[in-house]
Amino acid sequence: MEQTQKKPFRLTRNHWLTLGALSAFIILAVVADLFFDAFTLRVFNLCAIYIVLALSLNMLNGFTGLFSLGHAGFMAVGAYVCALLTMSPQLKEMNYFLMPIVPWLKNLTIPFLPAILIAGLAAALVGFLIGAPVLRLRDDYLAIATLGFGEIIRVLITNAQPITNGAQGLKGLPRYATTFAVWVAAGLVLLFMVLLVRSSYGRAMKAVRDDELAAEAMGINVFRVKVTSFTMSSFLAGVGGALLGHMITTIDPKMFTFMLTFNILLIVVLGGIGSISGSVIAAIVVTVLMEALRFLDEPMNLIIIRTQGLPGLRMVVFSLMLMIVVIYRQRGLMGNKEFSWDMLNGLFVKKGRKGGSDHV
Amino acid sequence: MSEQASELMLNTSHLTMKFGGLTAVSDLNLEIRKNEIVGLIGPNGAGKTTAFNVITGMYRPTEGKVLFRGQDITGLKPHSITKLGIARTFQNIRLFKEMTVLENVLVACHMSIHAGPFSATLHLPGYRQRESEARRFSLELLEKVGLVHLAYENATGLPYGQQRRLEIVRALATRPRMLLLDEPAAGMNPQESLDLMNFIRKIRDEFDLTIFLIEHHMQVVMGVCEHMYVLDYGVTIAHGDPASIQKNPKVIEAYLGVD
Repeated sequence: MEQTQKKPFRLTRNHWLTLGALSAFIILAVVADLFFDAFTLRVFNLCAIYIVLALSLNMLNGFTGLFSLGHAGFMAVGAYVCALLTMSPQLKEMNYFLMPIVPWLKNLTIPFLPAILIAGLAAALVGFLIGAPVLRLRDDYLAIATLGFGEIIRVLITNAQPITNGAQGLKGLPRYATTFAVWVAAGLVLLFMVLLVRSSYGRAMKAVRDDELAAEAMGINVFRVKVTSFTMSSFLAGVGGALLGHMITTIDPKMFTFMLTFNILLIVVLGGIGSISGSVIAAIVVTVLMEALRFLDEPMNLIIIRTQGLPGLRMVVFSLMLMIVVIYRQRGLMGNKEFSWDMLNGLFVKKGRKGGSDHV
Repeated sequence: MSEQASELMLNTSHLTMKFGGLTAVSDLNLEIRKNEIVGLIGPNGAGKTTAFNVITGMYRPTEGKVLFRGQDITGLKPHSITKLGIARTFQNIRLFKEMTVLENVLVACHMSIHAGPFSATLHLPGYRQRESEARRFSLELLEKVGLVHLAYENATGLPYGQQRRLEIVRALATRPRMLLLDEPAAGMNPQESLDLMNFIRKIRDEFDLTIFLIEHHMQVVMGVCEHMYVLDYGVTIAHGDPASIQKNPKVIEAYLGVD
């Protein structure tokens, strides 16, 4: 009875596998939270944040077909808004030693949950304001314009010293982004994406991606779909940025350069443009490798060659990965397909390779 | 001309479209009545598709007006025009590549599902009901044109003729009053074209449609159209019933050339 039956709704083997994977993952998260050392736990939690960010970029790049490179900007907005809302007055006073903080922000402190939602909304608002004019552009021009706006946001933050403390950044943020918080956020965003993509609105987004003219002729308000998608994506980027800030506990404008956008883009492209599970798997793989490959940046003694420590050498590995993916799997690891147990089964039968972890 | 005066569906007055110095369509005056099948024919580059694009809002005309059931629709966005009840197909098939046949049709139902991003994502009861209604409707449409067994296939994997048919079904799913077909018989052999023309007549009757179609080969549409307009270099050189068009010296000249 190892057949895959789909029609009658009952718990099939695949449902059990999903439930099993889910509970295994929850146990892993609990174990990680209790027993892992600080560094490993941080990498583990960083995976969750990168899942949020990768999904938010994939919503644009993968599902609506908008090539946007301004993500770091929206993350910065989220991170700063959330930080400013949660920092205590004393903490603010300590941080703003060069120039005092504006009075209306000084005594404003609210709990983390509303703060992160406001952070997301602020990023969404900025996304909407930028998206409305910029989304009239297409393809490369859109990429260039969003890239520019991403940088503009960063420069504004650097120079709005009375509000953002400028280039010094903010230090000592409360460590609210716990294992629980980040993985719940990742789970919710994952669920949101899966439901969105399967819905009529998701279909409309994909229609815009596949053929704008035809979508318009089918009665879809293409421009509105684009702006909505851009705004929702900015919201998620803002939430991701806020989580990142509250995990690292220090933020400064230099964190949110184009390199950050590039890292997320790398995840999306490696995982598969237009694949939710691809983004999840690639987010985990890339985050872990980013840390695991740190030894490459340090001085090495390879018997024959002795290196002096080449910062950035690990990025070469990612470049190679990207090249291999581009040559052998143009559509990324998962293409535009979604992970399923049957697929995994097929892989095992063929060559027995390891697959991804959790998928709803 | 001397038919019973049924409701006027689409008419244009002095419609002109210029691209820089090039006049693609000049002074086009159409008059299409309810349930008619009207052909727009002409040699390559005569401005037929441009006329379609102007009517469906893809271009804003340089001059003139487009009226749909008496309402001025000049310069409206394409999606608003679709909402009012004009659907179209494209000369070069434009199916959504990465979707199944059913999904392609469902996209056209998006308008009637009225789904905002949140009601859709949360699968609210109202949305669920409209979604399953749309699904039923789409499958029914596919059933009618004999594509239902391919509903879960990838749309672009279908044979050419069926892709053309799917494009028509997709346009029908927007529940139009009027259907604009841009060279539906392009690339078909005579027998297939004949089948297609029967199919077009069938859907006209079944869905109470008015059909305006572009065709390149005059013979193909002779049998199906009740009325025709002939364009050459953007200028309407003739209009009338097929028999008179066929005899019209200007039309023969445009098609065959003259020494």
